[in-house]
Amino acid sequence: MKNPSVDTHLLPADSGTIGTEPLLAVDNLHVEFTTRQGVVRAVNGVSYALNAGETLAVLGESGSGKSVTAQAIMGILDMPPARVPKGEIRFRGTDLLKLSENQRSQIRGQQIAMIFQDALSALNPVFTVGWQIAEMFRVHKGMSKKDSYTKAIELMDRVRIPAARQRVNDYPHQFSGGMRQRIMIAMSIALDPDLLIADEPTTALDVTVQAQIMELLAELQRDSNMGLILITHDLGVVADVADKIAVMYGGRIVENAPVHDIYRNPAHPYTKGLLESIPRVDMKGQELYAIKGLPPNLLDMPTGCAFHPRCPFRQDNCVTDVPALHAISGTRSSACHYWREVLDGTAG
Amino acid sequence: MAPQGDPILEVRDLVKHFPLTQGIVLKRQVGAIKAVDGVSFELNRGETLGVVGESGCGKSTLAKLLMALEKPTSGTVKVNGEVVDLHKGSNLKRFRRNIQMVMQDPYTSLNPRMTVGDIIGEPYEIHTEVAPKGDRRKKVQDLLEVVGLNPDHINRYPHQFSGGQRQRIGIARGLALQPEIIVCDEPVSALDVSIQAQVINLLERLQNEFGLAYIFIAHDLSVVRHISDRVAVMYLGKIVEIGKDTEIYDKPSHPYTQALLSAVPVPNPEGRETRERIILQGDPPSPANPPSGCRFRTRCWKAQEICAVEEPLLQIRPGTDHESACHFAEVHDVVGAS
Repeated sequence: MKNPSVDTHLLPADSGTIGTEPLLAVDNLHVEFTTRQGVVRAVNGVSYALNAGETLAVLGESGSGKSVTAQAIMGILDMPPARVPKGEIRFRGTDLLKLSENQRSQIRGQQIAMIFQDALSALNPVFTVGWQIAEMFRVHKGMSKKDSYTKAIELMDRVRIPAARQRVNDYPHQFSGGMRQRIMIAMSIALDPDLLIADEPTTALDVTVQAQIMELLAELQRDSNMGLILITHDLGVVADVADKIAVMYGGRIVENAPVHDIYRNPAHPYTKGLLESIPRVDMKGQELYAIKGLPPNLLDMPTGCAFHPRCPFRQDNCVTDVPALHAISGTRSSACHYWREVLDGTAG
Repeated sequence: MAPQGDPILEVRDLVKHFPLTQGIVLKRQVGAIKAVDGVSFELNRGETLGVVGESGCGKSTLAKLLMALEKPTSGTVKVNGEVVDLHKGSNLKRFRRNIQMVMQDPYTSLNPRMTVGDIIGEPYEIHTEVAPKGDRRKKVQDLLEVVGLNPDHINRYPHQFSGGQRQRIGIARGLALQPEIIVCDEPVSALDVSIQAQVINLLERLQNEFGLAYIFIAHDLSVVRHISDRVAVMYLGKIVEIGKDTEIYDKPSHPYTQALLSAVPVPNPEGRETRERIILQGDPPSPANPPSGCRFRTRCWKAQEICAVEEPLLQIRPGTDHESACHFAEVHDVVGAS
């Protein structure tokens, strides 16, 4: 079921994807929610692509649409109120949005898996962790209870939960935050997925535990050549692990680039502002650069470029024209009318 | 330590143990959570002391003790050289006027049924001497202006404001009584990245304007570095290292500080493959049953026999010029990006 015609208006071709279909290609995806106050357009034409073994970081603030995009890929949006009026999500060339719910549930867990920010609420409090990990094997592989428990213990060992054999019958509340996140990871990698989506996996954890979890994810990725989508708002975590970055703002991708390029020289005023607002050692005692204003209200989006009310480089046409995602090079793009000036430092 | 002037806040051997009980009718104490276990430090006028550590290390309990919201098991808190006596109402009231708090979550720390004017003006109901009744509305409007909000919004409710604006309301409430000390417990961690810088700038501006002293509790080490003059690192209820910001960040000598600093992701991908990372194994031990001797020894790569027997004191160690609670303290610049 290979998609015959790949639209050319999407992302600039990714270096690794020329000629072959990437592992995952999200193409012009729109997601909207019907609420009492009106229609909320949470995702407005998002496109990104990911190859096997690659790590894509999706960076954005709350309300930027980063998690909704991930939930659409995973197929766990509640519909209604959610609706996908436009767009494609191609996984190995197959448009997931055209599949039946039955076919999707085959892919979910086996080929695409997800881990969530809050492991305590993502785990069922009334079942043991062993039972919950083993469920993956019982439901998807039809294994016996005994075999699936053996597998669960193996997995707990693999994610380095100490004394796995003794702890397999413990309940989620008996584990610490970091250990719970390891259990979530064990469940997600149980069936060797090709794509793992991690939605803020370490936001609720301490830095020392965050380092452990990120190391574990990197190791699992090396072993199995998984594609990893890391959704986060932490510029530090992104710099540590990502191969490429998609920066989201107001339901759109505003910048798309390999990790080194973006930190060296951002091509969108929002990315530039975020990077400049990080406290730096040589800036001590001085005022931090702060992006003025507030993130947009999705019910009442600004006209033109969604970032224009906060943008220091705003020109007249930013208020009226929505900027397209301009290709800067083979691997980079920016949704700013003045990306050249932002790159050169001559904007404003 | 304190180079100039008298410290405004002096904390000596502060201890807070929460009893663990068993039985319903015949309760008996079977142990204690040693949340804060002997903490001493000083805070000078106009200074910012950052407090960092993992969750469960006692930093929020410390904040509550400083605010006199919890009664310490032992130890003293002195403000302006005067011991705070929690049993004396008038003493406590005077003390509380001088030390205020900014909370972490601006969504739950503001009463949704009160207007902004009532929230910020409420301290005046208790401390009537600060603002006579007729003056209060004007005072509240001034405060709104000081924290960068529109004074005309005095009759609005918290839900009409964004997260960053609510945190400004919380800060205005903290300023209402013109305190000399403000305890900030994770004041920016609930905010969006692009908003955090705005609030940090506001806190710094207010400090310069009013000569405030801050206790700044946070887990974001780069924010702490930016705002703090001195930094205290806590582990399992104790301060393991304390010193000037540059001493802690560039010359950490306690292994825990080194591990903590190396675990912080650096927002710069250059050289990420070669960066030194000390990854601690496991979780911190339970504060109900901390390890003997040095509390960090169960996760420490330098641990020797002496560490299990003798508790290292917080003191200046050979080769360092700030206090460190490690038998084998040794300066090691883990971040390397100073």
